Amino acid sequence: MGEGDLGLWTVLLAMIGGAIRVSTPFIFVSLGECLTERSGRINLGLEGTLVFGAMSGYAVAYETSSAWAGVLAAALAGTVFGLFHGWVCKLPRVNDIAIGIALMLLGMGLAFFFGKPYIQPVAPDLPAIPLGFWSSSPQVEAALRVNVLFVLGIALAFFIAWLFRSTRIGLVIRVVGDSSDAARAMGISVDRVRLLATAAGGALAGIGGAYLSLYYPGSWNEGISSGQGLMAVALVIFARWNPVNCIWAALLFGAAGALGPALQSIGISKGYYLSYAAPYVLTLILLIATSSTTRAVRCAPGELSITK
Amino acid sequence: MSMIVNPSRRSFIQGAAALAGATALTGFGAAPAFAAGLTVGFIYVGPKDDFGYNQAHAEGAAAVKAMDGVTVIEEENVPETVDCQKTMESMINFDGASLLFPTSFGYFDPHILEVAAKQPGVRFQHAGGMWNADKHPAHVGSYFGYIGMGQYLNGIAAAHATKTKKIGFVAAKPIPQVLLNINSFLLGARSVDPEITCQVIFTGEWSLAVKEAEATNALADQGVDVITCHVDGPKVVIQTAAGRGAFVCGYHADQTALAPEKYLTGAEWNWAKVYTDMVKTTLDGGTIDNFVRGGLADGFIKMSPLGPAVPDAGRNQFEAVKAEIMKGGFAAIKGPLKDNGGNVIAEAGQSFVETDVALESMNYLVEGVVGSLS
Repeated sequence: MGEGDLGLWTVLLAMIGGAIRVSTPFIFVSLGECLTERSGRINLGLEGTLVFGAMSGYAVAYETSSAWAGVLAAALAGTVFGLFHGWVCKLPRVNDIAIGIALMLLGMGLAFFFGKPYIQPVAPDLPAIPLGFWSSSPQVEAALRVNVLFVLGIALAFFIAWLFRSTRIGLVIRVVGDSSDAARAMGISVDRVRLLATAAGGALAGIGGAYLSLYYPGSWNEGISSGQGLMAVALVIFARWNPVNCIWAALLFGAAGALGPALQSIGISKGYYLSYAAPYVLTLILLIATSSTTRAVRCAPGELSITK
Repeated sequence: MSMIVNPSRRSFIQGAAALAGATALTGFGAAPAFAAGLTVGFIYVGPKDDFGYNQAHAEGAAAVKAMDGVTVIEEENVPETVDCQKTMESMINFDGASLLFPTSFGYFDPHILEVAAKQPGVRFQHAGGMWNADKHPAHVGSYFGYIGMGQYLNGIAAAHATKTKKIGFVAAKPIPQVLLNINSFLLGARSVDPEITCQVIFTGEWSLAVKEAEATNALADQGVDVITCHVDGPKVVIQTAAGRGAFVCGYHADQTALAPEKYLTGAEWNWAKVYTDMVKTTLDGGTIDNFVRGGLADGFIKMSPLGPAVPDAGRNQFEAVKAEIMKGGFAAIKGPLKDNGGNVIAEAGQSFVETDVALESMNYLVEGVVGSLS
């Protein structure tokens, strides 16, 4: 049936479009978390950093009329959160997971508090690249409007992968993450490396937040994040601490999230609560399929407090 | 997140503040002093400046604030969980509130009912149609407006703007008020052109920015060219739809500023009148009716000014039908009418006027609406 074919095509197209639109915050937050975790620390506060980044990015973009100034501000705010996390975790007998949860609540609280005056105004959007210009179909054009940050995120993933694989900086981060004793023996300051890795991770999460408020959905309100920051932490485990895998995990999550609305729009509307659960079901299935009863989580940095 | 905080932030902050104040001024043992006159509490499920549902209520609360002898206390972002019970208790016990407006649909059962059982001296006014004289106590009341009529008028404006004859609706949850809005939107449009269909997408939550944007994009992908919504904050839907080149009809509050060229009209609440009337009744020593309803004619709801994209023919029909509704007794749901599963809703000649209580238990989508309830 011709119309049915068209319907399924639009679902596929919507999932591709959704993957591109929705995945960017996942990419940035999971890359940030990946960087932090490879240095041996977990920052669960990235959800708070993401929300605060969304708020500060939107506020600065509105005040300066420049979306890029907003992105920069969000990155700076994220850096501050990351530095704070790294600094507190340096103190003796401090648990990084507990601090992360505290920072998550703090970041959201501060964002809601300072964000009040910015719910109503309209800030400038980030530019998009119309990669669908060749098509006469408005659906294809809309699906392939790719934001600059998405491209940047993918480039960054390959850059970080190269960093880990082929540079001295990457080696230092990995050593600190796998064995702090070995790092100390090499004369590396473990705390300083982790501080910087957490700060960089925070900056990336802040940029992820700016994408939410400045591009998609493109407005600041208190419900802007539906837990992307928390899910991204799970994505890192799912991606086995590999930056390039983070891209695939994020794209998969974005596409699965677009499934529910797309199915309803072509009239397959029974059980939409189930199709909305698709991303989580998918994660569970993949985690179970790739798990093992005989080994600890593969590729996990040795110093991580959850795997130690 | 606030589920983690126990007891509620409000009671903690107020307890701490009261303690600090009492210690500083009079030493230990002083009870926090309640303001003289009437204290009225408003509770919102989201932020009170969301361009939508909560903002509409907060504007009503602001009008109450301007009245003499009234103290208004507000708390926003209170989830429809045991949290709202804590908020109500603390408003009553710490602030001495004797009139409460918990404004979200899900606050009623069991939260308002539980607190009301413990607080017989406090008046609870719930927005939404769940109060039942047979089952519920007399110091709890319900109020709502016939905003479905506003969506019917939205539908008329939409029918004059659509080219694809496909209009769309981004809805939160399939509760009777939302279903009435969806059905009214389509029936308004079909009163102009019976070939129009309405695609509905449920997001499952009152406020989920990314999902609302995805739903709007999915509608636009299907060629839908006029979109309205029933979610708490319509800002994301309006901006995303306008960005995709679709026309939009507003809901809850006036969203003209978000898309001046694409905004056709909108169905808005006008709680200021409702709230000041109720508070005045209480101040005068009277009792608020347990069942308060009103529509366009009563000033409970109003329409946003028509946008530039509505053609003259549409303007005339819009104004004519609006005048008809203002007279009272208007029926959007009238026979012959079937639901979208083919079951008969109304026989020829049968009609449900806007004030019909049967509409408050609506559980169907009418023929022409593409979507299902679960």
